[in-house]
Amino acid sequence: MTAARLRRLLTGAYLVLFFGYLFLPLGIMAAATFNSSRFPTVTPWMGFTLSWFQALWDDQRMWAALGTSLMVGAGVIALAVPLGLAAALLLDRLHSRAKTFLYALMVSPLLTPGVIVGISTLVFWREWFGVSGGLFLTVVAQSSFIAAYAMLLFSARLERFDLVLEEAALDLGATHGQVFRRITLPYLMPAILSASLLAFLQSFENYNTTLFVRGLDTTLTVYIATKVRTGLTPAVNALSLVLIALTILGAVAYEILRRREARRLAGSAVALESA
Amino acid sequence: MTEVLRRYGPVLTGAILLAVALWLALLVVLPQLMMIGFSFRPSLPPSKLGGPEDVFTVKNYLTLWTNSIHLSIFLKTIWASALVTATTLAVCYPVAFYLAQVAPKRRLPLLILMLVVPFWINELLRTFSWYIILAFNGPLNAILLNLGIIDEPRRFLGGDGGVIVGMVYVYILFMVFPLYNAIESLDRNQIEAARDLGAGWLRIHRRIVLPHAKPGIAVGCIMTFMLAAGSYAVPALLGGPNSRWFTEIIYNWFFEGGNWNQGAAYAFILLVLCIGFILGAMRLFRVGLADIAK
Repeated sequence: MTAARLRRLLTGAYLVLFFGYLFLPLGIMAAATFNSSRFPTVTPWMGFTLSWFQALWDDQRMWAALGTSLMVGAGVIALAVPLGLAAALLLDRLHSRAKTFLYALMVSPLLTPGVIVGISTLVFWREWFGVSGGLFLTVVAQSSFIAAYAMLLFSARLERFDLVLEEAALDLGATHGQVFRRITLPYLMPAILSASLLAFLQSFENYNTTLFVRGLDTTLTVYIATKVRTGLTPAVNALSLVLIALTILGAVAYEILRRREARRLAGSAVALESA
Repeated sequence: MTEVLRRYGPVLTGAILLAVALWLALLVVLPQLMMIGFSFRPSLPPSKLGGPEDVFTVKNYLTLWTNSIHLSIFLKTIWASALVTATTLAVCYPVAFYLAQVAPKRRLPLLILMLVVPFWINELLRTFSWYIILAFNGPLNAILLNLGIIDEPRRFLGGDGGVIVGMVYVYILFMVFPLYNAIESLDRNQIEAARDLGAGWLRIHRRIVLPHAKPGIAVGCIMTFMLAAGSYAVPALLGGPNSRWFTEIIYNWFFEGGNWNQGAAYAFILLVLCIGFILGAMRLFRVGLADIAK
C-alpha cells in the first residue's frame, strides 16, 4: 500500500468516526423512544412501542410549557429583530473608531456566559423597576444577546447594498421615509426573515439565561431539563425526537434558501461584470 | 453622525438612535454595571437598605477565598473548561483541515450540512443524549460489559468525567466552524509550494496552516471555553452533588441561599475569568477584536 492511499484511508476512517460521534448519540436517544422500557434506554430492548408518543400528547404541562416558549419566542422576535436592524443601519453609516467601539459593545453579549446575562438582567430590573422574573424578563434577557445575532445578519446583507439606489431615489424627490419603506426594507426582507427564524430558534432552545429570569414560568427547554432530573420517562425522548425532526427540517430549509440566495447573488455579480 | 442623518433623515435617525441606546443601555451596559455594583454590597433585609450597614464591601469576594469547597469547584471549572477546549481543538483540527483544503468540491455542501444540522439542535437535547448513553443501565455499560472490559456496570453519571465528555460533545461545533472558516481562506498553492520544496506534512501544518488558522483557533477556543465555564445545562444533567460546577454554586446563591449580592460577586468572578481568557487568547494568537467578532 502506498503512503498516499494509507493517508486517504486514515482520513476517511477519521471522518466516519467524527460524523458517527456527532450523530450516533442522537440516534440512540431517538431509538430509546420506541423501547417499551419505563426508563429511556436501548439496552435491554424490551420491545417496540409507540405508546410514549401518546404519553407525550397527553402531558398537559408539556403543552403549557410549549405555549410559554412560543410566547417568549414571539416576544424575542418582536424586540430583538428591530433592535438588531437599527444597530446594523447605524453601524453601516459610521466609520473608524466610533464603529469599532459600538461594534465591540454590541457583540459583547455574545462573548458573555448566558448565566451572567440572566443574572445581570434579573438584578437590574428588580433594583430599578421592581420587576421580578417572568415572561417579560425572559424576553428582555434573551433579546439582549439575540439582538446581536440579528445585527450580524443585517450587517452582512447591508454590506452588499448598492447605496446608489437610495441616492437616486432621494435625488428624484423621495422622502427618507419613502426610501426606507420602498427600497431599504424590501432589500432587507430576506435578512428580516432569517433573523426572525434565528431569533426564534435561539430563544426556543435557550436554557442558561432563561433559568435565572423565568420566575415561575416554564419554557419547554426548562421543562425538559426538569423532567430529566425528576420523572424521566421515554416521553422525554419522544419530545426530543419531535423537536430534532423539526429542527432538521428547519435547518435544511434554511440552508437551501441561503445557498439559493448566495447563488443568485453570485450570478448577478457575474452578469454585472460581463455587462 | 452627519452621514447617518443625511442618509436616513431626522425621523428615522431618531428612531434608530433611540433603539440602539435602549438596547445597549437598558439591556447590556446598565445591567452589567448594576450587577457589579450589587456584588460590592452586603446582603441586607429591605428595612436596613440605605442604613449604616449598607456600605461598600469586598466581603462577597473574600467568601470564595475562605470557602475551600467553592474555591476548589472554581479551580476545577477552570481546568475542566480548558481541558474541554483543548480536546475539541485537537479533535476538530483534522476535520476542519480536511473540509477546508482536501475535500472534493462536490461533496463539500453535504458535509457542511451534516455539521450545520447538529449545530442547530438544542444544546439541552444534545446533552440529554449523553445522559442516555452514560446511564447505569445504558448502552455504554452494556457494550463494556459485553466486551469484558468491566465486570460490573459503572456509574458514569454524577461525576466530573461524564460532565467533561458531555461538554466536548455539546460544544465541539463551536470549534469546528471558526477553524474551518480560517483554514478555508488559506491559498492551496501555499501548501503545494511547501510540498514541492520538500516540506513534510508536519512542517506544512506547523509553519503554514497553523499560523494561518490562528484567528480561527482563537475564536474557537474563546467560544468553547466561555460556553464550558458558563454552562449550566451540562453539569445539571450529567453531573451530581459531587461534581458541581461554578455556575451551579452561583445559581444556589440566588435561588437557595437567597443571597443575591453574594451570587452577583461570584457571577462577576466568572465574567472576569472569561474576559481574562479572551484577552489571553488574543495575546497568545496575536489577533485583534475585529478578527474575533466576525
